[in-house]
Amino acid sequence: MKADIRPLVAVVSARYRTLLQYRAAAFAGFATQLFWGAIRLMILAAFFAAATEPQPMNLTQVVAYVWLGQALLGMLPWNVDADFRAQVRDGTVAYDLLRPLDLYSYWFGRTLAFRVAAPTLRGIPMVLFSMALLPLVGLGDWALTPPASAVAFAGFVAALVVAAMLATAVTLLAHISLLWTISGIGMDRILTVLVTIFSGLVVPLPLFPDWLQPFLNWQPFRGLADVPYRIYSGNIPPAEIAAELFFILVWTVALVVMGRLILLRGVRRMVVQGG
Amino acid sequence: MPQIEVRGLAKTFRVAERLPGLAGAFRGLFHRRMRDVHALGGIDFDIERGELVGYIGPNGAGKSTTIKILAGILNPTAGTCRVDGLTPWRDRRRHVARIGVVFGQRTQLWWDLPVIESFDLLRDIYRIPSEAYRDNRDRLIALMDLEPLLDVPVRQLSLGQRMRSDLAAALLHGPSLLFLDEPTIGLDAVSKLAIRDFVRELNRDRQVTVLLTTHDMDDIEALCQRVMVIGNGRILVDGSVAALRRRVRNERVLVVDYDSAGEAGRVDAEGEGVRLVERDASRVRIAFDPDRIPAATLIGALLAQGTPHDLFIEHPPIEQTVAELYAEHDMRER
Repeated sequence: MKADIRPLVAVVSARYRTLLQYRAAAFAGFATQLFWGAIRLMILAAFFAAATEPQPMNLTQVVAYVWLGQALLGMLPWNVDADFRAQVRDGTVAYDLLRPLDLYSYWFGRTLAFRVAAPTLRGIPMVLFSMALLPLVGLGDWALTPPASAVAFAGFVAALVVAAMLATAVTLLAHISLLWTISGIGMDRILTVLVTIFSGLVVPLPLFPDWLQPFLNWQPFRGLADVPYRIYSGNIPPAEIAAELFFILVWTVALVVMGRLILLRGVRRMVVQGG
Repeated sequence: MPQIEVRGLAKTFRVAERLPGLAGAFRGLFHRRMRDVHALGGIDFDIERGELVGYIGPNGAGKSTTIKILAGILNPTAGTCRVDGLTPWRDRRRHVARIGVVFGQRTQLWWDLPVIESFDLLRDIYRIPSEAYRDNRDRLIALMDLEPLLDVPVRQLSLGQRMRSDLAAALLHGPSLLFLDEPTIGLDAVSKLAIRDFVRELNRDRQVTVLLTTHDMDDIEALCQRVMVIGNGRILVDGSVAALRRRVRNERVLVVDYDSAGEAGRVDAEGEGVRLVERDASRVRIAFDPDRIPAATLIGALLAQGTPHDLFIEHPPIEQTVAELYAEHDMRER
C-alpha cells in the first residue's frame, strides 16, 4: 500500500509547488474575493434586517459562512484546470499513459493539488483579514468569529478534508469529460452555476425555501461548502457531525466510481483515436 | 527470441470529413461523413536485444503511429506485438515501467519544475530504489553535462538543453529499450552531435536497444547498423544502411549559376550518368551519379562550355530519397 501511495504523493506535491508560484494570481484572487465577500454580506444583512420571522441561521453564523466561503472558494470545483485543458487540446494528455500508474489515480493526484493550492494561497490571508483585521477597524460585527467549539473545529477540519476529496472527484469528472468535448468552456459554465448555487456559495442553503430543502439536503454539492461551514459555526450540532461526514464520503466514493467508469471509456477512445 | 516482435500490425483511424464553407459546416452538424485513414497497413519486423535501428519515412508515413503502439499508448486495429513477452497496450503499466520514450516534439518533463525536481518526481513515479536512482542520475547528469541546468525550470531551457534533459529523464529507471521519436529535430549541430554520441554509447556500453525515428540521414549514418524505411503504412526496406544506399539512386545534384539566362540556356549536360534536372533562368540543376562520373570530370566539362559564377553540390534530402523509393516500390507492385 505504501509503495502505491508514493508516486501519488509526489505528483500532488510537485503540482502543488508549481501552483504556489503564481503569486500575482493569488493576490488578484484575494482582492476579488474580498470585494465579493463584502457585497454578499451587505445583501444578506439587508435580508436579515427585513426578515420578520426567525431564520434557520443567525447573522453571526451567516457572516462566518460567507467569509469561509470566500476563503475557500478555490477549493470548490467550479472550474477545470487550464493546464489539463491545454493538454487535452494538443493531445499530450495521451502521454500520461506512458507512466506506470493507474491513470485515474494519477489524475486524481494532479487534480487534488490543483484544488488545494489556491485556497492555501488565498485562504490564509482571507481568514487573517476577516478574523483579526476587521475587529481592529471597528467592524467587529462583520468579522469571522472563532469556531463554535473545539469539537466544531475538529469536525470542520475533518469535513474540509473529505470536502477536498469530493471537490477533486467532481473536478476530475469535468476533466474526463474534456476527452469528449475538448474545449471545456461549456463545462466551466455549467460547473460554475451548479457548484456556486448548490454548495451554498450564493445563498446559504438553509435560507432557501422550505420546499427545496429535501432536495438540497441530498445533493452532493452541499458537502463542498454548506456542511463544513455550518459545522464550524455550530449551526450543525456536534452530534450530527459524524453522519454529515459520512454523507460527504458516500458521495465522494460514488463520484469516484462514476469517474473511473467514464475514464475507462475515455481511454478506449484515446487509445483508438490517438489522443 | 527477439526483444520486439511485430506481426501484421495495422492501424486505421476514422476521421470526420468536413465539407468546405459555411454550408458545409452546417451540414456537418447533422450528417458527418467519416473517412478511413490507413496509417499502418500490416507491418512485420523483429528487433533483437541490443540493436540500434533507424526508422525513417516521410511525414505521415506511420512512424509515430508505430512508436505509439509499441509504447502502449495507442491500440492497433489488427496484428500482434510482443515486447519482452508483453503486449504493450494490454499490459500497459508493466510494459511502460520497462521502456524509455523520448518525443523530440514535446517534452515529458514538468514544464514549471526545475529539472532536478522532475527527476525526483520520476524516481517516485517509477518507484526507483534510492541507490539505483542516485547512481543512474549522477551518471546521466555527468554524461549529458546537465549540472548547470538542474535548478532551471524546464520552460526556460533551450531546445538542445531540454532534449538532453528529456533523454536523461527517460533513462533514470534503467530501461532496456528506448524509443526515440525525432530526438534531433530542430537542434543545432553541436547538440545533435552530443545526442548522437550519447545514444551510441548507451547502445554500445549498456546494450540498450534503440528504435530511432528521424528525418536526418546523418543520424542514421552515424548511429544505425540497420534501417527500416516506411512509406504509406508499409515497410519498404529493412536492412543495412549500405543496402539502403544501394537501393535508392546514388545521385547528387550540381547547381550551377551563370551570369545570364542565355549562357545557362547553352549548357549541354547529357551523357553517361548525367541528367539535366531543371533550367531556371540563369540557374541549371544537373543530377549525376558520382560512381559513374566523378564530380571533377563533370565540372571540368562544364567549364569547357562557359564560365559559371558559382556552383555547388547538393545531397538529395531523405524525404526525396524515400519518396523516390516509395514511387519505385509502388510501380513495381503493379
